[in-house]
Formats: sequence, C-alpha cells, structure tokens
Amino acid sequence: MEALLAMLVGLMTAAAFYLMLSGMLVRFVFGFTLMGNAVNLLIFTAGRLTHSDPPLIDPGQTGLAGPVANALPQALILTAIVIGFAMVTFLLILLYRTHHQTGTLDADQDAFLTEISPSEKGKRS
Amino acid sequence: MNLLLILPILLPMVMAVISVLSGLDRARSGMLAVFGGVLHLCASGFLLKAVLDHQVLVLWMGNWPAPAGICLVADYLSAAMVLITSVIYLAVMVYSGKEITRHQRRSGFYPLMQFLTAAICGAFLTGDLFNLYVWFELILMASFGIMIMENPGGRLTSAVKYVTMNLLSTVFLILAIGLIYGLTGTLNMADLYEKVGQVDNTALVTGAALLLMMAFAIKSALFPLFFWLPATYHTLPVPVAAFFAGMLTKVGVYALIRLFTLVFVTDVAMTHTILMVMAVLTMVAGVAAAASQMDIRRILSFHIISQVGYMVLGLAVFTPLALAGTLVYLIHHIIVKANLFLVGGLIQRATGSFDLKQMGGLYQTHGLLSLGFFIPAFSLAGFPPLSGFWAKLLIIYACLEAGYYFPGVIAAVVGLLTVFSMIKIWTEAFWKKKALPVDSPVEPLGDIPFQLMGPVLCLCLLTVLIGVFMEPVLKFALVAGEQLMSPLQYVLAVKGGG
Repeated sequence: MEALLAMLVGLMTAAAFYLMLSGMLVRFVFGFTLMGNAVNLLIFTAGRLTHSDPPLIDPGQTGLAGPVANALPQALILTAIVIGFAMVTFLLILLYRTHHQTGTLDADQDAFLTEISPSEKGKRS
Repeated sequence: MNLLLILPILLPMVMAVISVLSGLDRARSGMLAVFGGVLHLCASGFLLKAVLDHQVLVLWMGNWPAPAGICLVADYLSAAMVLITSVIYLAVMVYSGKEITRHQRRSGFYPLMQFLTAAICGAFLTGDLFNLYVWFELILMASFGIMIMENPGGRLTSAVKYVTMNLLSTVFLILAIGLIYGLTGTLNMADLYEKVGQVDNTALVTGAALLLMMAFAIKSALFPLFFWLPATYHTLPVPVAAFFAGMLTKVGVYALIRLFTLVFVTDVAMTHTILMVMAVLTMVAGVAAAASQMDIRRILSFHIISQVGYMVLGLAVFTPLALAGTLVYLIHHIIVKANLFLVGGLIQRATGSFDLKQMGGLYQTHGLLSLGFFIPAFSLAGFPPLSGFWAKLLIIYACLEAGYYFPGVIAAVVGLLTVFSMIKIWTEAFWKKKALPVDSPVEPLGDIPFQLMGPVLCLCLLTVLIGVFMEPVLKFALVAGEQLMSPLQYVLAVKGGG
C-alpha cells in the first residue's frame, strides 16, 4: 500500500511540475492545487498506514488501551488543506485582476511582460 | 517571566484587531500604529534582557507536554532578531504616517503590517518545524495583501511573480516537513536534533535537508532563485518596500541558520558546501546586476541579494566566529537596508523621480538628506567605523581563519563593487548638477517633513552607534555563535522544560 501511494505521489508531483512550468498561469493554479494534494498524501503516508482504532480513550480509562491511528498527520494535513485553500483563492483572484488589466494570462506575451498602470494608459492614448 | 515570549507576537495581533474594529481616521490610526510599535519595542527589549539573564527561554503553548506540543524558544539569535524587527517596525510606522495614502489605509495597510510583524516574530521564536511553516504562510498572506493594496495598477504582474515563486517555496517546505516527519516521527526542532542523527537512511535525511534549503533559498533570494525579488520590490510603496527589504529575506536567512546549525548537521560536508557555492554566486550575481541599473530602488534591490550572500557565507563557513559575523551582518543589514529604501523615498520626494539620470544637486539643496543617505550607503559598502565595516570584516576574517581563501577574497571584491554602486548614487543624485526636467512623472514635493526625516536619522544614528560601540555587540554575537554551534543548551532547555 505504501509503495502504491508513493508512486501516486510521484506521479502527481511530476504532473504538477509539468503544469507549473507552463507559461499559462491558469495551468500554474492547477499544478499548484495538484501539488498540494500530492504533499498531503505524502504526509498521510509518512504517518504510517495502519488499520487501527481511532485514538479515543474509553470512558473510565486513563490511557489508550491498544494501538491506535496516528492523529498528528491528520492535524498537519488539515492545516495544510486550509492554508492551501486560502492561497489558491487568493491566487485565482489575483489572476482574475491581472487578466482584467493586461488582457492575457500568458506570461510570455508582451501585454503581460510590459504591464502599464491605468494612469499611464490614459496618458499614452 | 516566560510569558514575555508571546508578547512580540500577541501585541501586533491585538493592535491589528483594534485598528480594524475601531475604524479610526488617518491620523489616529497612524498614532495607534506608532503606539503599538513602541509597545512592541519595549516587549522585545525586555525579552532580550530576559534572554541575557537566562540564556534560553522556552514557553510551551497550551501546556502540552514536550515534545507533542508547540513551543516558543528564544535564544540569543531569536531575541536579537525580534528586537531588530521591532526597531524597523517602529521606524516604518512613524514614516508611514505621512506617506501612506487614504486609499492604502482603507485597504488595510496598518492591520496587514501588524499581522506581518506578528508573523515574522512568530517565525523567529517558534521551536517547531510545522509551526514555522504556518508562520511563513502567514507572512506570505499578509505580504500578498500589502503588495496589492489600493489600486495595484502597474504592479499586478510583479505581484504574480512574487506570489507564484513564494507559493512554490512553501510547497517545497511542507514536502520536506512531511518527509522529515516520516523519518523521525517528530517536528520539534530540539527533538529533531537528537533524532535526525539516529535515522539509518542518511541519504533521505540529506534529501529532505536539501528540499528545505531550496524552500528557504527562494525566500531569502539566493542564487539562482532570486529573480522574484528585483521584479517586485521596486514597484512597492516606499514604507512597504523598506519593511520588506529589511525583514522578508532575512526571515529566510534566519530559518536557514536555525535549521542548518540545529537540525541538519549530520552531513555538513555536503549541505554547507552547497550553501557556500550558492552564497558566493549570490554575492557576485547581485552586485554585478546592481552595477548596470539606474533606478535607485532597483540598485538597492539587487544589493539585498548580494548582501544575503554574505550572511549565508557566514553560515556556510560554520565556525562560531563566522556565525557571530552572520548575526552582526543581519543586524547591520536590516537597519541599513530598510533605511536606504526610506531614503530612496525621500530622494523621490525631493526630485520627483527614482531615476538617477533625472536627479542631481541634492547635496546643495537637501543637506540633511545627504547625511541620511551617506551614512547607510557607506555602511552598506563597508567603510570604517560604520557597522558594515565590522560585519564584513568578521565574515571575511572567519573565512580566512577557516581556510576558505577564495570565498574570502570574493567577499572583499564584492565589497569594493558595492562601493562603486553607492558612489554612483552619490555622484548622480547628490553631486552632479540638477538635470533639466525631462517630463518627470511626479512633481517634486520640495521640503521633507520631519516625520519622514526623523526615522531615517534615528536609523542612521543606530548605524553609527553600532559601528562605534562594536565591542558589546560583538561579545553578544560571539555568545550567540557559540550557542548556535553547540546547541546542547537550546536542546536541554526545550527538552527539560516540558
């Protein structure tokens, strides 16, 4: 199971990097999202995959009875998901505004490379 | 006593909440921010005093037992960095009162700056790797907000570059954290110090270390990952550029120092050699690129890169003296660089432009401003007796002492080239006759109000004082260097206090 997940993480990372290397910024967003998921999967796998009980202490007991699942990776992943979500949201809005202003999201195009502010635009036309 | 540790993080956060909720007008919110800066400075000062008394302070958040909980740790390095952060924060806040426009204030300049400061202090104080990641994300979020506040026309694409590069670096950071957790089962840095050595698969540890190095190399703008910095900093409003230039790359440098002295010292021959190669190339690339620029802010941006090279060089040499040199360099550089960006803003006020070709004659018309530029510029270039001279001397001396002759010589040559750039600004802006006005984009505003001149002169005074009274600073830095090289004190404080 670990080997399978490791390969999946590798595949997702490769695909993510392929997307992120593109000059089209929308692809960067997809790549970034994919990469975030790959990393979450990696943390999950790094926390060891076991079939075990949830880490809850039974009523009346003072400690855990048997082997339980590792709760820390889940907490880490949850944090990473929340932060990743916020970052992607911000990135999307930033790209939307950029497209609004330059008319392109292709980082290799002239309109993107030589962005001018609206005030200058008014002066030139 | 240990609750002092939380104050530098908590105070700016509280101030941010107050300034959001209170809806004060421009003058009052500026005053509130300055008040917050003064409180922050006091808290950091007390923290440094406490660290001087107790060496290492530890605070376990929520009283979770070690090493499961998250702890804040202040040693000499952390405390010094927090103090210098609050100095720059206060200076920038005073400066902002006159410089920030109504729109910028309305888009949340003050709360964002306060959150940024809190996050930077959090990154300096945390003793947990995952917590470090969270603080870095907070720094990013706040800096994104500041970068595109108001009407960001003309700087959206540069913001895109900054955002994408930094998002990439956080992905590497969390990737490495996942791997390290899988290998050791812990993320507490003091705990990692013991556990990393016990891992059998040393190749994987080095791999994770290199991933972390890459993440922080992007953040601290090391060669060849620095291209986002000169693409961004020259488009920012002056106080923002000063704060970013002073602090942001240095958080990356701090993280490099912390991790590559405390955790990843198992394969020094490899990791620190890579750091040294990167440092040397960073110094040369930054200073060479600066030589070809004519915009003040671009010149200064490229010099950030070359100066970061010196600090990482100190880390790469990896002796107590070199680390002490790195700390002195950090302190010196943050003050001087933030100050130079503020002065750049004043020059723009006085002449209407950031372009060196369009200015001149400032020495005749603005005497005080000339002094305000002269001191930080020639401290940056390393003229005795200013702070930069000692910082450069320590790094170069440590290089030669450890037998790294080539990097030492390069560091000295780069210092000379820095002099060239600073003299270029000095002759173009201050000495040559005023050029004929060629449709300058902004009308010069003429006189410079004291509120803008004050912070600049105070930072100048600090530069001179650090240079003249080098002995206590050096003593402090040497203790910090010893502390970093033999982290047992740090580890015992964290592990014993749980």
